Amino acid sequence: MKKNTNLTEVEDKQNLKAKKFLVWLFIISSFMIFAGLTSGYIVYTAGSPDRGLKTILPQAFKYSTVIIILSSITMHLAYKAAKRLRFNQQMMYLAATIVLGILFMVVQFYAWQVLTRQGVYFVNYNASQSFIYVFTGFHMLHIFAGILMLVNSLTGALKRIPQVRNLFRLEVTSIFWHFIDILWIYLYVFLLLNQ
Amino acid sequence: MASTALHDTAVLHNHDHDHGHHKETFITKYIFSQDHKMIAKQFLITGIIMAVIAMILSVLFRLQLGWPDKNFPLLETFLGQWAEGGRIKPEFFLALVTIHGTMMVFFVLTAGLSGTFSNLLIPLQLGARDMASPFLNMLSYWLFFSACMVMMASFFTVTGPASAGWTVYPPLSALPKAIPGSGIGMTLWLVSMTLFIASSLIGALNYISTVLNMRTKGMDMWKMPLTIWAFFLTAIVGVLSFPVLVSAVVLLIFDRSFGTSFYLSDIVVAGQVLPNQGGSPILWQHLFWFLGHPEVYIVLMPALGITSEVIATNSRKPIFGYHAMVYSLIGITVLSFVVWGHHMFVTGMNPFLGGVFMITTLIIAVPSAVKTFNYLATLWRGNIRFTPAMLFAIGLVSFFISGGLTGIFLGNAALDINLHDTYFVVAHFHLVMGSASIFGMLCGVYHWFPKMFGRLMDEKLGYIHFWFTFIGAYLVFFPMHFMGLDGVPRRYYAFTEFEFMKEWLTVNTFITWAAIVSALAQVAFLWNFFYSIFYGKKASQNPWQSNTLEWTTPVERIHGNWPGEIPSVYRWPYDYSKPGHHEDFIPQTTPFSETMSSNLPHDFEGNAVAEKIQEDWVRNNPKVTTTENV
Repeated sequence: MKKNTNLTEVEDKQNLKAKKFLVWLFIISSFMIFAGLTSGYIVYTAGSPDRGLKTILPQAFKYSTVIIILSSITMHLAYKAAKRLRFNQQMMYLAATIVLGILFMVVQFYAWQVLTRQGVYFVNYNASQSFIYVFTGFHMLHIFAGILMLVNSLTGALKRIPQVRNLFRLEVTSIFWHFIDILWIYLYVFLLLNQ
Repeated sequence: MASTALHDTAVLHNHDHDHGHHKETFITKYIFSQDHKMIAKQFLITGIIMAVIAMILSVLFRLQLGWPDKNFPLLETFLGQWAEGGRIKPEFFLALVTIHGTMMVFFVLTAGLSGTFSNLLIPLQLGARDMASPFLNMLSYWLFFSACMVMMASFFTVTGPASAGWTVYPPLSALPKAIPGSGIGMTLWLVSMTLFIASSLIGALNYISTVLNMRTKGMDMWKMPLTIWAFFLTAIVGVLSFPVLVSAVVLLIFDRSFGTSFYLSDIVVAGQVLPNQGGSPILWQHLFWFLGHPEVYIVLMPALGITSEVIATNSRKPIFGYHAMVYSLIGITVLSFVVWGHHMFVTGMNPFLGGVFMITTLIIAVPSAVKTFNYLATLWRGNIRFTPAMLFAIGLVSFFISGGLTGIFLGNAALDINLHDTYFVVAHFHLVMGSASIFGMLCGVYHWFPKMFGRLMDEKLGYIHFWFTFIGAYLVFFPMHFMGLDGVPRRYYAFTEFEFMKEWLTVNTFITWAAIVSALAQVAFLWNFFYSIFYGKKASQNPWQSNTLEWTTPVERIHGNWPGEIPSVYRWPYDYSKPGHHEDFIPQTTPFSETMSSNLPHDFEGNAVAEKIQEDWVRNNPKVTTTENV
C-alpha cells in the first residue's frame, strides 16, 4: 500500500501538470479566435477605401487599459500571498481583482456608449466599425469567464481547500487572467494602429 | 499529501487491485462515463449512427439524380411535403446534399474518427491511466451528442434543414428569404456547429496535453506509434483552425440576426433591395477555408495513422521510414494552413496570390507521396495477413493514390478555373478524403474491435463488406471524373434542362445503382458490428500479435487500464520479424536484455555501456540459433 501511495502521488502530479497544460492550450485556441477576427478585419478593410475605422477611439479605452493592468498586478500579488501561506492577503487581493475586472467591464460598456454618440454603431455599412464591437464584446466574454474563475478561487480559499488544490486553482486563474490582460493590450494596439 | 489524489478517479481506483469495490451505476458506467474507453465507444456508435443517416440522405438524392423523371410514391409516405407526388423537391434536394456533407465531414469523419480512436488509443498506447481531464473528455462527448441532436432536429421544422451547401456561403446562408433552408434550419445548423466546435476543441486540447504529459516511463516521442503521432498532429491542426471557424460563424450570426453587414452587400431579393451594404462575401470564404482546408487533414491524418499501424502489423514488417512518416505528417500539418486559397481561385483573386497558393498546394503533394511510397514499401515482400482491417488499410492507400492524383490537376489554378464546381471536384474529394478516411475508420474498427469489446468481428462478413464497398465506391466516384471534365456542375437538381448534360443521364442511373449496392453492403458491417459486441468470438489478449502497449492490458478492459503498475517501454513499436528473434514480433515492453540474440548496434542509440554488454554477449555466444534465448 505504501508503494502504491507513492505511485499515485507521482501519477497525480503528472495529472495536475497535464491539466495546467490544458489551460495553455486553451489560451492558444482562444488567441486563434482573435487572430481570425483581426485577420478578418484586415482582409475586409483592405477590400475598399470606403472601409476602415474612420473614427477616434474613446478615451475610456485608455482607462480600461490601466484598470486591467492593475488587476493583473493584484492577481499576481494574490498568487504570491498564497505561496507564502498568507491566506487573508490572498483573499483580499482576489477580491480586489474581481472588483477591477467588473470595473473594466463597466468602462468598456461606457466606451460603447461614447462610440454610439460618435455615430459609430454596431449595425453599420462600414463593417470595420462593427468589428470594434465584436473585438471588445468577445473580449468581455473572456473577462466574464475570468471573473467566474476568480470567484471560484475565492470560494475555494474561503472554504480552506487543501493548499495544493488552492494553488492549482490560483495558478490556472492567473495564467488565464494575465492572458486576457495581454489580449486586451493586443486588441487595443491593433485598433490604435488602424485608427 | 495523499489527499491530493482524491479528486482523480482513475488514480483512486487503482489503490488496490480489487475492482468490484467502486460503486458504478448504469448511469456513471454507460452514460456519463469518464472512462476514456467508454467515451471512445460512445463516439464510435454515435458516429456510426450519423454515418448511416448521412448515407441514407445520399441515397435519397442519388435517386433523384438517377431517375429525375420518375415518381417514387414511397418517398412521399416517408418524407411527406418534401417529396410531394413521390418526387424530391429541389429545395429538399439542396438540404439533402448540405446535411450529407456536414454530417460526413464533421460528425462522422471528425468526431467519429478522432473522437473514437484518439480517445481509445492515446492513453492505451502511451501507457496512461486516462486522459488529462476525464471530465472534459465526457463533456466533449455530450457536446458532440447535442450537436447531432440539434442538427437532426432541423429535419422536423417546416422550412427544412440548412440548404446552402456544407460550406454555407453567404449571402445564400445569411438571408432567410433566399431559400427556405436559410430560415430556422440554418439557425439550427449554426447552433449545432457551435456545439460541435466546442466539443472538438475540448477533445483536441485533451489529446495534446495527454500526449505531451502522460507518457509512461521510456515512451519518448520517437517511440510513439504512428497512430499517436497522427492523432497528436491532428489535434494541433484542430486547435489552430477550429477557433477561426468560431469567428466566421459569429459574424454570420450577427449578419443573420442583428442586421450587420460583414458579408452582405448590394442584394436584391424578390425585387426588394436589402438594407445591408458594404459587406464582403469573400471574407467568409477566407475565414471558412482557413478552417475548411485544415479540416480535410483533420479528417485524413488519423486515418493515415491508423493504417500505418495496421499495415505494419499485418505485413509483419517494420513500417518503412518511420521518421519520414512522422516528418511528412508534420509537413502536412504545417502546409495545411497555407493552402486554403486553392478553394478560391475563381473569386477574382489576384493571380499572383493564386500562384502562391498553387505552389503551396502542389508542395503538399510531396509529404503525401512520401507516405504513399512508405506504405507500398512496407507491404513490399511482407508476410501479409489479409485480415479485414488490412484490406481496408490497403483500400485507403488505393483511394489515397487515385484521389490524390486528381488533386494535382485541381491544385493548378489554370485547370481549376475549368473544373471548379464540377463533378470532377466531387469525384476528387470523395475519393481522397471521403472514401480514404472512411476506409481508415473502418480499418480501425475491425482492428481494435477486440480492444473495445473483448470479442472479434466475423471475418467472412468483413470480406464481403470490404469488396462490395471498395468496388462500389470506385463505381460511384470514378465516372464522375468524366462528367466533370465535360463540365457537368455539382449541386444541380436534375440534368434534364441542358442539352449537353442529357447524355450523362444514363451514367447517373448507373452511379445510383452502384450507390445503392454499396449502401446495402453496409448492412453486412452493421450486423457484424452489433452482433459481435454480444455474440462474437472471444478475443485473446493480443489477437494480432502486435507490439504496441494496448495489447498488454487485460481483455476485461478495467478502469485505469492496467491492474498494477503501468508497464515501461524499452523499444520502438515496429520490431516485427526482427532477424535473430524466435517470434516475428517483440512488444515494446520487452527489454533489450531479453532479446540478446536479435539486438542490433543501433538499438542502443549510442549508449556505450549497453553496446559493450551486447558485444561481450555476441562474443560468448558465437553460434546462437534463434530458439536458444527464450
